[in-house]
Amino acid sequence: MAETLAIYRRILGAQVRSFASYRASFAIDLMTNGLVPLTDVAAVAAVFHVTRTLGGFTAFEVLLMFAVSSTGFALADLAVGQIERIRQYVRQGLLDAVLVRPLSVFGQLITVDFQIRRLARVVVSLGIYAFALSHVDITWSPGRLVLVGLAPVSAAVFFAAVFTASATVAFWWIDSGEFANGFTYGGRDFTAYPVNVYSGLFRWLFAYSLGFAFVAYYPALALLGHPDPIGLPGWAVWTSPAVALVAVAVAAGVWRLGVRQYRSTGS
Amino acid sequence: MSALVIDARGLRREFTVSRRVGRLRWRRDTVAAVDGVDLRVERGELLGYLGPNGAGKSTTLKMLTGVLVPSGGFVEVCGLVPVNHRVRLSRRIGVVFGQRSQLWWDLPLRESFELARHIWRVPPADHAARLARFVRDLDLSFLDTPVRQLSLGQRMRAELTVALLHGPEVLFLDEPTIGLDVVSKQAVRAFLTELRDRGDTTVVLTTHDLADIERLCRRIVVIDHGRVVHDGTLTELHERYGSRRRVVVQLDEPLLAQLALPGVTRESASPDGRLVTFSLDGSATTAGELVATLAASVPLRDISVAEPEIEDVIARLYASGPATPPQPRPPSA
Repeated sequence: MAETLAIYRRILGAQVRSFASYRASFAIDLMTNGLVPLTDVAAVAAVFHVTRTLGGFTAFEVLLMFAVSSTGFALADLAVGQIERIRQYVRQGLLDAVLVRPLSVFGQLITVDFQIRRLARVVVSLGIYAFALSHVDITWSPGRLVLVGLAPVSAAVFFAAVFTASATVAFWWIDSGEFANGFTYGGRDFTAYPVNVYSGLFRWLFAYSLGFAFVAYYPALALLGHPDPIGLPGWAVWTSPAVALVAVAVAAGVWRLGVRQYRSTGS
Repeated sequence: MSALVIDARGLRREFTVSRRVGRLRWRRDTVAAVDGVDLRVERGELLGYLGPNGAGKSTTLKMLTGVLVPSGGFVEVCGLVPVNHRVRLSRRIGVVFGQRSQLWWDLPLRESFELARHIWRVPPADHAARLARFVRDLDLSFLDTPVRQLSLGQRMRAELTVALLHGPEVLFLDEPTIGLDVVSKQAVRAFLTELRDRGDTTVVLTTHDLADIERLCRRIVVIDHGRVVHDGTLTELHERYGSRRRVVVQLDEPLLAQLALPGVTRESASPDGRLVTFSLDGSATTAGELVATLAASVPLRDISVAEPEIEDVIARLYASGPATPPQPRPPSA
């Protein structure tokens, strides 16, 4: 196990050196990636230009939700976002070369295509998180201290599951890129705002059936000590890590089915 | 322990293809890409696996390497069932899949070899010894060049190296000389010849390059439409498919008479009828008899005899394979 991890670390190192070999474009990539979360903040700011509260939440409270979601998304994108390249692997039959190496397919794909430039988004998102935390009222308790660290991590785990499950669709449907983006980027944008601003079927589907309400909205409620306007019981706001683990189990199942599908039909 | 390295019996792989038959109607057809292939390869053999495009060569290779699950039949490579033991098998086989590189594009070649050492967990001493041998035999004088700057020939030599660094028992090569220049082709062939003569690595090679077959393969298996149509030596192939020697004669006068010799066909003649090519089928008539008969009727100026060409044999083999069933006419709308 330790030996296997050491191999992946070497692959990661090789990948980082590959990018660093294009120095100028590497620097520009880092900068533009760092700007992405800031442009998203601008979208939140624009909303609060026309209203003082959104679904009963102040601008900084919404910014907190945004920051949990953005940090989680950036972490997941850094760790497994490259899984979306599975489409190229399937289309060009590159997965064959992956299958003849003595390592897991998933482990290889996320290390071989690792993109260090995405680290910039994590750093900037963490900055926004710290800023938001310092501008809201939180009655600190041991539970909330744990949650403040756990919330972006569990959001990241949840998004990693979404990335994996939606990219896996490419095993059955090669041109599933836009479909997959609907869940990943769509999910990120959905989770940046309080869930009670959405209504009806849309809320039911995204927030609860797919679980996106548990990415940033409920952790933020738990941190703020804010009762759920939608009416879930008080303990439910703490369940995000469990929901993230369920999502991982589902994604792992879908992934296994996908690889099995590839190996029984070819590219 | 048996010396059988590859043992496939009745190996099958079917694919389902959807075909549009109406505006909204699709019909699903099952096509057998590999249709009952028997293949036994012993340790140290170098096997040429040939067939026209779409014959099922790559599909077979994918099943032997554990990439693709067979639809039926039995297969073991190095005593392992490939799909069930993908990771274990991958330590014991080497694979070069034409365009699917195992090299790190942006890094100096040396680093790809170093990574391969870790991925396949090769002891440092074994790695160093093998690498030194390949650097010498394949003339890898470009270890510090990023892979993206290598020529195709250099890259293929590097792919061969990376596939062999973990000392595999079987090496699978999918068209290793495709697109290479003459010098690189020769380098690759010389290397494979040496590998074959050492006798400790079994090699399965698919190729369209007939020179590869003539120089390298003592045994060739030809498949067409997913079935083995020939399994034997090149000489046997020539005998079985009636390789034709050609006799080209230059005459002083046009040849008018028909020759009634068994197994002799007049293949072509120049417009003035003075340059005629005959082909000889089998041993019914020798080239000597043909020339003697000709000389008796017209004055001969020049004679040349061309040995059978493998292109010919293969072309005839492909043409004589199981005929494609006639396509049903689509129902008129």
